[in-house]
Amino acid sequence: MYAFEFERPSTVADAAKALGEEDAQALGGGQTLIPTLKQRLAMPSKLVSLSGIAEIKGVCKADDGALCVGGGTTHATVASEAKADYPALAALAGNIGDPAVRNRGTIGGSIANNDPAACYPSAVLASGATVVTNKREIAADDYFQGLFETALDEGEIVTEVRFPVPEKASYQKFEQPASRFALVGVFVAKYADGVRVAVTGASESGVFRWSEAEAALSSNFAPEALDGMAPPADGMISDLHGSADYRAHLVGVIARRAVAAAS
Amino acid sequence: MPQVSMTVNGKPASGEVEGRTLLSTFLRETLGMTGTHVGCDTSQCGACVVHVNGDAVKSCTMFALEAEGADVATIEGQAAADGTLNAIQAAFQEHHGLQCGFCTPGMVMSAAALLKENPKPSEAEVRKYLSGNLCRCTGYHNIVKAIMAASGQDVGAIAAE
Repeated sequence: MYAFEFERPSTVADAAKALGEEDAQALGGGQTLIPTLKQRLAMPSKLVSLSGIAEIKGVCKADDGALCVGGGTTHATVASEAKADYPALAALAGNIGDPAVRNRGTIGGSIANNDPAACYPSAVLASGATVVTNKREIAADDYFQGLFETALDEGEIVTEVRFPVPEKASYQKFEQPASRFALVGVFVAKYADGVRVAVTGASESGVFRWSEAEAALSSNFAPEALDGMAPPADGMISDLHGSADYRAHLVGVIARRAVAAAS
Repeated sequence: MPQVSMTVNGKPASGEVEGRTLLSTFLRETLGMTGTHVGCDTSQCGACVVHVNGDAVKSCTMFALEAEGADVATIEGQAAADGTLNAIQAAFQEHHGLQCGFCTPGMVMSAAALLKENPKPSEAEVRKYLSGNLCRCTGYHNIVKAIMAASGQDVGAIAAE
């Protein structure tokens, strides 16, 4: 790792101020950023740890019924505290990486990084969640902008994610066994006004909504509604773990499993 | 250089570190506690697992400064002061849950975290919980057996496949 200064503020306001410096970088749980720094793929002048900020930690319920998850909340906390209100989200969080990773990694860090194989972006997009930052609120449909790209400005901090709670939902993934990232992951969420389906791990442009599946499931929420369906292989990731065709096929399979498991 | 202070195995510990100093480096090089092993240094293998405020974490993927004021537990604090092994360590010995022993500190610390949260895990739950701890010697069977025995369960029925 290159050397950097380290700051651990206790309020969002102080963190935002520290991030105003050139080449300063926010640190969530560090489960992606620290390996990146070790490989010298990043050279921040200063790391601003968000782990000491109590106001962005925890899970709560808003007046409109939405589940609010603080940006600094670990996967382990979401797995236990969202269980009653949004079981599919809790299950997703409880299957990210391994237990030690889940005790450090945070939702804000995951969606700020927007790894194309990360689990959380699919939940945020399929739930039509709102990403709240220290500056504004961003709709999930506007937030994810491609591989490791988001609507966040430099130094902007994810303080909360607000999830409208669906009637039924499930996240299923086909795990790449070495990295435990999703080779393909599909989050299906059924709301009163329709079904949303978000796919992670598969596309070269990161998480995306599979609109054909949404239309089919909105008229018939059953695995059979997706029989024979798969998104086009065009633009799917092709690597040693699976070809583009394989991933496209897997999206259909995993989506059917998610519908079957939705509760 | 910044100063960091924490409690390690119940005793106060502090030292000068850089921003980039990892918790594993602080434990091993500043405090000289080399029981915490660094295997892969890429948060895959889990040999470096310690507890921070009661939670299992990979100490190679956490900065020492993040542990400021924290209560840290390492493998050195598991046995009694007179060297008597705790239940998990004794079960690893009894059931041959180690061969070369490199992964063992992380395995024991992960097992302790598991049993705290789930005192009577099933075999499948033990295997799932250990997904972030790699052992290249044992094939895991005796590790799983040791952890289940440490939880007070009968392990006679667990076949060594």
